Amino acid sequence: MEALDQDLDESEIDLASEPMLLNVGPAHPAMHGTVRIVMELSGESIERCDVQVGYLHRGFEKMCERGTWTQVFPYVDRCNYVSPMLNNVGFALACEKLLGIEVPERCQYYRMILGELARMSDHLTCDGAMAMELGAFTPFLWMIKGREMIWDLMEEETGARLTHSFGRVGGMAHPPTEGFKENARAVTRHILHILDEVARMLFGNRIFLDRLEGVGVISAEDAISLGWTGPCLRAAGVPYDVRKAHPYLKYGEVEFDVPVGRASDCLDRFMVRIEELKQSARIIEQCLERMPDSGPINIEDPRVVLPPKSDVYTTIEGTIQHFKIVMEGLKLPAGEVYSYTEGGNGELGFYIVSDGSGTPYRVRIRPPCYYVTGGLERVITGQMIADVVPCFGSLNMIGGECDR
Amino acid sequence: MAKIVLDILKSAFPNAIVETSAQRGDETAVVHPDAWKAVATFLKDDPRMRFDMLMDLTCVDYPDREPRFEVVVHLYSLTKGHRLRLKTRVGNADGEGAEVETLTDLWASANWAEREAYDMFGVVFLGHPDPRRILLYPEFEGYPLRKDYPAERIQPLVPYRDAPNIQKLPPFGPDEGMPFGRQTHATGRFTSGDDDTGMS
Repeated sequence: MEALDQDLDESEIDLASEPMLLNVGPAHPAMHGTVRIVMELSGESIERCDVQVGYLHRGFEKMCERGTWTQVFPYVDRCNYVSPMLNNVGFALACEKLLGIEVPERCQYYRMILGELARMSDHLTCDGAMAMELGAFTPFLWMIKGREMIWDLMEEETGARLTHSFGRVGGMAHPPTEGFKENARAVTRHILHILDEVARMLFGNRIFLDRLEGVGVISAEDAISLGWTGPCLRAAGVPYDVRKAHPYLKYGEVEFDVPVGRASDCLDRFMVRIEELKQSARIIEQCLERMPDSGPINIEDPRVVLPPKSDVYTTIEGTIQHFKIVMEGLKLPAGEVYSYTEGGNGELGFYIVSDGSGTPYRVRIRPPCYYVTGGLERVITGQMIADVVPCFGSLNMIGGECDR
Repeated sequence: MAKIVLDILKSAFPNAIVETSAQRGDETAVVHPDAWKAVATFLKDDPRMRFDMLMDLTCVDYPDREPRFEVVVHLYSLTKGHRLRLKTRVGNADGEGAEVETLTDLWASANWAEREAYDMFGVVFLGHPDPRRILLYPEFEGYPLRKDYPAERIQPLVPYRDAPNIQKLPPFGPDEGMPFGRQTHATGRFTSGDDDTGMS
């Protein structure tokens, strides 16, 4: 057989010599929420890129200025919708910081357990999605199964799978259910089992490792300058965890380690999350041991916490108290605070300004993944086009939190 | 710890610090807008300060005050573990003259944060490398987080964008949104007239 290309004159082939523009998103399966990346390609490597966010902007901060402080809780649920409980707790802590109150011990442990469970669901989603985008579909299903267990537990506790609106200033909406400790132990045990299975499936998998190792490297200096926090910063070797550096609730009393990465690549970010899942399980176990089975869940301050329903229906004081808090909103003293907690993606800060009325003057959420996504341009410039997916996945951009 | 930060800051810039406070343990310093960059540089580079992270930058609108906007920055030092809230006040009652120098060359995180502050409040950051809107679209009218922007206001419909050769990459312009060529189709391959770029 004669060669097929014998008549081919290479000088006649019109090869494009200019860089090519490629648009990914905003509705692309790998772009998790909604983000658009415009890339200028030279061959397969990215020469320049422009990350555009905002497709999920819903005016969170504007809406907060319309209701009462309590009515902000449903909104913060919808910021990081993979770990809404952490947002609930973070916002409640900000209001409590301005009020100068501290919730009872039982509530503090309850918040920690629910918060760590939410963190687990966050990390499971991120790592599962990362594995799926690299072709490993089974670990994704396993991890989402684990997340579903957490959400079932959350539903049992709060009544809603995802948008719990469970936090309250001065406590929680309800005390823990009777079987809570048992259920939480069962869920964490099962998730640790899932992590073992995932480890066996992935960590010897050459395709998976080759796609992540040495990809998306960023220096610690750059990460700090970009305002990265959370797993992404820790993967760069900076051991900054709000729970360790500035303990809130009872984090100062429980034992846990802060995992850090060495290479600051996508694999490190993946592994830091896997390790944090195990640390969260450790924290949950210790909290479950220490959480009292009885006792108040809310503080005793009639200006802040709603009275029990039995009082509302039977006494005039209870009715008035209920009416005042619901209609006028609880009043935070005039002033401003910045309160910060460790969210699923890093430092979740709330900067709240109160003018002393029942309506928030300004609620500013410091979204950790907004700043992390701000560094995406630096991470993927110079990389190959196929590396965009693991890089973006490892940053765990959550549309609702980034765009608010 | 952080009390010392305020003391050092006051002694280093006796004229620029307008006021200081520490409500609920949050140390706050309000600086004159002219000294904004100088104070920020000092806070970042001085060995006693070492604020290596700009955690957040935002604004608060007080329409009854003059100057109207407060630009609020939350700084954190990873090495020292202390925090500081730095503020400056800019803009008149109509929201004009709200200008302050950019901090982007000190902290990279200021880039997106300042873009958002501009987007939401219309505060201009002088010298910003990429002063586009970020969360909203370019045709958005007004600045939504200002107190005089009614929450129920409806934005006008945006007409279809007009760009040459738009049929090549429908429905958006060929290089729309790029900081290095936003809707500037006067030059480049898209206006050369021939259709053999392989993108039709």
